[in-house]
Amino acid sequence: MYAVRVGLQKFGIKHNFEIESIIRLYARWIREGKLSVSSDWNKDLGITFTLQDPCQLVRKSFGDPVAEDLRFVAKSVVGEEHLIEMYPNKSNNYCCGGGGGYLQSGYTEERRAYGAIKLKQILDTGADYCIAPCHNCHSQIHDLIHHAGKDIPVVHLWTLICLSMGILGENERGYLEERLAELGL
Amino acid sequence: MADATMETTRATPMVVPHQSVFLDKVKELLPEGGNLSMCLTCGLCSSGCPASGLHDMDPRKFLRLCALGQDEEITSTPWVWMCTMCQRCVYACPMAIDIPRLVYEVRASWPRETRPKGILGSCEQALKTEGNSAMGARSEDFQFVAEDILEEVKETQEGWDDLAVSFNRKGATYFLNQNSREPVTEPDEMVPLWKILHTVGADWTYSTVGWAAENYCMFLADDEAWETVVRNKAKAVDDLGCKYWLNTE
Repeated sequence: MYAVRVGLQKFGIKHNFEIESIIRLYARWIREGKLSVSSDWNKDLGITFTLQDPCQLVRKSFGDPVAEDLRFVAKSVVGEEHLIEMYPNKSNNYCCGGGGGYLQSGYTEERRAYGAIKLKQILDTGADYCIAPCHNCHSQIHDLIHHAGKDIPVVHLWTLICLSMGILGENERGYLEERLAELGL
Repeated sequence: MADATMETTRATPMVVPHQSVFLDKVKELLPEGGNLSMCLTCGLCSSGCPASGLHDMDPRKFLRLCALGQDEEITSTPWVWMCTMCQRCVYACPMAIDIPRLVYEVRASWPRETRPKGILGSCEQALKTEGNSAMGARSEDFQFVAEDILEEVKETQEGWDDLAVSFNRKGATYFLNQNSREPVTEPDEMVPLWKILHTVGADWTYSTVGWAAENYCMFLADDEAWETVVRNKAKAVDDLGCKYWLNTE
């Protein structure tokens, strides 16, 4: 998104559309009652989640307001008491090391060294799962956790939204792993 | 003893300052010079940068070397590929110095063929495919996979008979892009998003042109290729008359 948003400005490209992030729409749709999510499924389970603020979405594009939307959505689907924050966060969040082309750069050892701060932040929360609503963050955090020999699944927000509404199909649970693999089927 | 303390030590300085051709060039490109000469040397950038220390470099050192005209050192360090240009340093900097922009320009100063092969290859793939897929996914394959998965959902899951996926539908409100990773390696990950869009009654379409969300040409610091990709994507949205370019992130 950053590449398009800034590219349009940088190269003076005339266009008739606006740029939107699905994260902001999730929040709006939940507020408008169009997306009837619930965190009831997690009341007794008590599975905990932490949340990665993608740099390109938050610090580099829409700032703290979208970080608040992100939290509103996450809390709505997993329960406020089950969301454990990393610090610092929002616009002051640490990059995970998945951006800037790092994943394709061949500098694997450096990429993991870069990600050490993020890995520590995640482990410090003690959360069972990590929500990463960005593909590069998702891949990088998955790799960091796996490489550290830890078991903290990384999930997209769409998976949790559908899980909370009881509409997540059997094949759509690739990232949920054992604890949630069967829930609501 | 007294004489010895008065004597000035004439050790070789660590850095001999030069006028930086590179810094001047970058300043010309930036609004208000990008504040690149206003560094207070406070180190807030480096203290909060995950790339600090990699290859014996950090944002402050990088900027200082640049300000002191050490062009050869800054244009040769592989560190520019280890900074993700995440802008946390800009956020922390009291002078809002745009170090990531400097990193971008240094990346761009590398001869194109010497830049990391993986990033170069991903940009090339995006230029070669009409969907701008960094994984080289062909649009007909994207459409085939999406429609195939849709049929499977309808056949195997109850209550989704009306679930729809359209391509190149003019006048749709949302032009939804998709990271190539999904159609190529994990197509089932697209389904939850479709279900959400269906549930809220969103009016959306995919396109066979400019549909891929990723853009490695920017990371490659190839302005011409970056512009080509963005122009292709922007035209695709406007050709369909969509109101929003919707990102899945």
